[in-house]
Amino acid sequence: MIINHPLLGPRDSQEFTYLGDASLIDRPDWQAPDAVDQFHDYLYLRDNPAGEHRELWFHEQGDRSWLVVTRNVVTHEILNVELASDVARSRGRSK
Amino acid sequence: MRYSGFRVIREALTGHKGWQPAWRDPAPQASYDYVIIGGGGHGLATAYYLAKEFNQARIAVLEKGYIGGGNVGRNTTIIRSNYLLDGNEPFYEFSMKLWEGLEQDFNFNAMVSQRGVLNLCHTDAQRDAYTRRGNAMRLNGVDAELLDREGVRRIAPFLNFDSARFPIKGGLLQRRGGTVRHDAVAWGYARGADSRGVDIIQNCEVTGMRIENGRILGVETSRGFIGAKKVGCAVAGSSSKVMSHAGMRLPIESHVLQAFVSEGLKPVIPGVITYGAGHFYVSQSDKGGLVFGGDIDGYNSYAQRGNMPVVEDVCEGGMSLMPIIGRARLLRMWGGIMDMSMDGSPIIDKTDVDGLYFNGGWCYGGFKATPASGWAFAHLLATDKPHQTARAYRFDRFRKGLMIDEKGMGAQPNLH
Ligand SMILES: Cc1cc2nc3c(=O)[nH]c(=O)nc-3n(C[C@H](O)[C@H](O)[C@H](O)COP(=O)(O)OP(=O)(O)OC[C@H]3O[C@@H](n4cnc5c(N)ncnc54)[C@H](O)[C@@H]3O)c2cc1C
Repeated sequence: MIINHPLLGPRDSQEFTYLGDASLIDRPDWQAPDAVDQFHDYLYLRDNPAGEHRELWFHEQGDRSWLVVTRNVVTHEILNVELASDVARSRGRSK
Repeated sequence: MRYSGFRVIREALTGHKGWQPAWRDPAPQASYDYVIIGGGGHGLATAYYLAKEFNQARIAVLEKGYIGGGNVGRNTTIIRSNYLLDGNEPFYEFSMKLWEGLEQDFNFNAMVSQRGVLNLCHTDAQRDAYTRRGNAMRLNGVDAELLDREGVRRIAPFLNFDSARFPIKGGLLQRRGGTVRHDAVAWGYARGADSRGVDIIQNCEVTGMRIENGRILGVETSRGFIGAKKVGCAVAGSSSKVMSHAGMRLPIESHVLQAFVSEGLKPVIPGVITYGAGHFYVSQSDKGGLVFGGDIDGYNSYAQRGNMPVVEDVCEGGMSLMPIIGRARLLRMWGGIMDMSMDGSPIIDKTDVDGLYFNGGWCYGGFKATPASGWAFAHLLATDKPHQTARAYRFDRFRKGLMIDEKGMGAQPNLH
């Protein structure tokens, strides 16, 4: 698979380390009254869809940036690549 | 019809005209007491033991394709009971004992071959870990032997003993481990279940679940609605998809694992050998092909085919451990979709929906578990109580911090 890095252009997926579902960006609030339940779901449960999947890849052998890759997990086709920091900020996170 | 040596000779003398199909091809009935989703090893074994050991009737297995088309027919056929943790080891040993009597039990030649499983170690720390694991196995009454370097050399003189980077220091051997012909396991259970009245319905995909007031009433399928008092889901890599019909999210990701077979060669590999310094393991089938594999590709996938980097990685591991493999030609390769759980261990449990039960999270090690998984799931379905060897395989272990994490990797499915 070739990942089209927003800053560096097309890179071989072997340069990257895979983490998993991009929902891992949305870390729950540890002070919420139901934080225990929220953290259980956040850490252990996954949608695991058969189709488009937004997921976190780390450019470990490259510029060490985190990317959000939208990929079809049935065909392995990569549909979109964003910087994870942009995605996090657009969801209201400070960094 | 019972199979026997006598029968084979009689058929040989009469032109093989007396063989009959090994199972029927029934149309689905309007409703059943038990509907098992998934005609893989686990689903078929569940139906078989429900009928045979728990005396239940009105059972159907619904399979979206053909039986044996999933992981049960795609794996590298290794069976073993060499686990470390208490939640696992009694269960896998129960499975091993069932394998030992399986062919007589279901009257089918599954080519169960206890040719030994040898895990190599390459550092002192790894040897310590294997010593510990071997002791844990023996505490559970399971055979385990720690071999030194010369002990390994006696079994497998062709390995690369000259590697300075990854020297072979010894290995942990389970002589009762080995291989089983995977397709025959699906067929044997299918035939055994069918002969006890189980309807095996192929080309029947479950597309929805009918749930009212917290109770399951049946399943929607590509062949219409099928009512059921109890529904058991055993669909391996499709677990998240099927259970989403009940509104559930699972502690599971689907990943692809690849397998490889070389051209047929004269006998060279005595049992199963796993490399402790790279992602590579190998055995030899009775047809002579070297059957080998390595790690999962490492990213979510439902594709049933992998990518080149892992092919390269596995072949490099093979070359590093046993350079003679470089002379063999690769004949076939394929992939299967693994239900990778959050701690690397399976789930056999009830759900919050009355009458709906789940069996999954087998990762890349569920073939060896097939008999015990079927037995334990049948036990749960029939009695509503977990089988004593499967009591740890519950959904709530994540909430309670009771993970069964053999590798100590945490909630990172692609590392288990
Ligand atoms: C390459 C590879 C190597 C492996 N090597 C080993 C090994 O050496 N040792 C070992 O112990 N394990 C191994 N495994 C793991 C093992 O094969 C699996 O854990 C095990 O087979 C899973 O259980 P199963 O047989 O029931 O799965 P499957 O055979 O996959 O059965 C699930 C069935 O459910 C059906 N299904 C899915 N969705 C639906 C639906 N909506 N409706 C109806 N039916 C549906 C599928 O078509 C499939 O037939 C390996 C796996 C792979 C892919």
